[in-house]
Amino acid sequence: MNAPFPHAMLAAETDPPLIRFEGVTKTFSAGPAPVTALDGVDLDVRPGSIVGVIGRSGAGKSTLIRLVNGLERPSAGRVIVDGREIQGLDEAALREARRSIGMIFQHFNLLSSRTAADNVALPLELAGIGRAAARARVAELLDLVGLSDKADRYPAELSGGQKQRVGIARALATNPKVLLSDEATSALDPETTRSILDLLARINRELGLTILLITHEMAVIRGVAHEVAVLASGRIVEAGPVFDVFSTPRHPLTRAFLAGEPGFALPPAIAGRLVPEPVENGQTVIRVVFRGAHATEPVLARLARDEAIEANILAGTVDEIAGRPFGVLVVAIPSGAETAQALGFFARHSLTAEVVGHVA
Amino acid sequence: MSPELIRLILEATLDTLAMVAAAAGIGGLVGLPLGVFLATSGPGELFAVPWLNRALGFLVNVTRSTPFIILVVAIIPFTRLIAGTSIGTGAAIVPLTVAAIPFIARIVEGAIREVDGGLVEAARAFGATPLQIALKVLLPEALPAIVLGLTLSIVSLTGFSAMVGAVGGGGLGDLGIRYGYQRFMPEVMAAVVVILVLIVQLVQTLGDGLARRLNRRIRRA
Repeated sequence: MNAPFPHAMLAAETDPPLIRFEGVTKTFSAGPAPVTALDGVDLDVRPGSIVGVIGRSGAGKSTLIRLVNGLERPSAGRVIVDGREIQGLDEAALREARRSIGMIFQHFNLLSSRTAADNVALPLELAGIGRAAARARVAELLDLVGLSDKADRYPAELSGGQKQRVGIARALATNPKVLLSDEATSALDPETTRSILDLLARINRELGLTILLITHEMAVIRGVAHEVAVLASGRIVEAGPVFDVFSTPRHPLTRAFLAGEPGFALPPAIAGRLVPEPVENGQTVIRVVFRGAHATEPVLARLARDEAIEANILAGTVDEIAGRPFGVLVVAIPSGAETAQALGFFARHSLTAEVVGHVA
Repeated sequence: MSPELIRLILEATLDTLAMVAAAAGIGGLVGLPLGVFLATSGPGELFAVPWLNRALGFLVNVTRSTPFIILVVAIIPFTRLIAGTSIGTGAAIVPLTVAAIPFIARIVEGAIREVDGGLVEAARAFGATPLQIALKVLLPEALPAIVLGLTLSIVSLTGFSAMVGAVGGGGLGDLGIRYGYQRFMPEVMAAVVVILVLIVQLVQTLGDGLARRLNRRIRRA
């Protein structure tokens, strides 16, 4: 069993989870030694939420998402989707269940032999829906993703972003309750990624669609997810609302993922000179996280005025995460008494501050 | 060239076309599903029947590794059973077909295996049955490669058909050997070669064109 946060974080919620992993373990026995891809994972996905699972390659993310629609079966534990235990279903029941679980893919997986419209129609054909009804639905879906004018184009004639829009339209064809996103933006440039994430957020908002996504990019989590789970070696090492995880990351891996985010990264010249112990007449580097209302307060000006401490700004950003203002500043102040004084000042202003290191 | 010779050449051309068309047609009808099955019946695959997959794979390899001229002779009893005789153009269709089936099956198998596994996974994720995956995903996606493979098969069969003179089959190859070689008539040999080249060129051009039309992976204006 894993750390308690996934279930604990939702304790206040009344809705039963739409997706629930209970003590899920998956071992692959192919090859000389069995490989444990997932090791006792507990995770809840509430209806209407966007939950992101982040992990490095090999962490077990792909296995995790494939358990939801039964492309993989757990070695132990239960996967419950919309009240149905997926691991117990036979092939026919599984096919039926899959029609209420849409999926999009890193490499889009569109049929090259079909036009955009015919690709979107595929799940409808598979479900035995008549041509006329399917055509109307396809037009509606292409309109939703903004590709009505590309209906008769083949995938080879579309850009990456357009292909993923077709993928999204296809995934939504059978009106699923859940959308699984398997690294859906990993093959796209940042700008296109942004537009696809915006589309996912809009679908979540307008259709109330629950989204479970896996990614290796913190930017994707920041851009679209409400809740995040950090997966390492098949275990969830940290989970919670995205805002909380960004503002108070606990696990080293979470910090490592955040290190690439704007405001978290130190300028290389500083990072290279950091030492763990204070240096006489040196400076102490402190990372201050501004949350919510504090993000807009002139805290450093007050630090100078009230405490007579001059902070040198090394890096920083102000952004919005999950709709709430969020800022990170990395500052250097003189080591010694001032450090404790400044940390006390930040604490009084309800700001999270931590000493990153010291420089001479 | 005498009118008699021209008539012979014309007749031989029609014989060759008939033999190749019949062998390719029947070979395709059997080889296509066999190839799909070979590509999808391995362990853990769509229609997993590993023992049958191995057995059919072995049979295909045996047939393919037997030189055609030996195959023709080796299966004479089978030819007699099917065609009622082991001699003549009609009977020659039997060994040609027997050679065509595994050839086409392997080519179709290769084409199907080239289809991106992600497409199969996507279809499974949308609730497709194995049969739906084969018919709606694998075959349409592999179609351009299958058409090219069938073209290659027809070209090879045209070559094989030249050997059936050994069992009294007709056709251009037989004519070339009997008149061009044994009766020292180089003009007949030349005519036979030219006609064969034209047939192969025509088949290849048609096959390439059709495959290109079917291939939607190429961006065109």
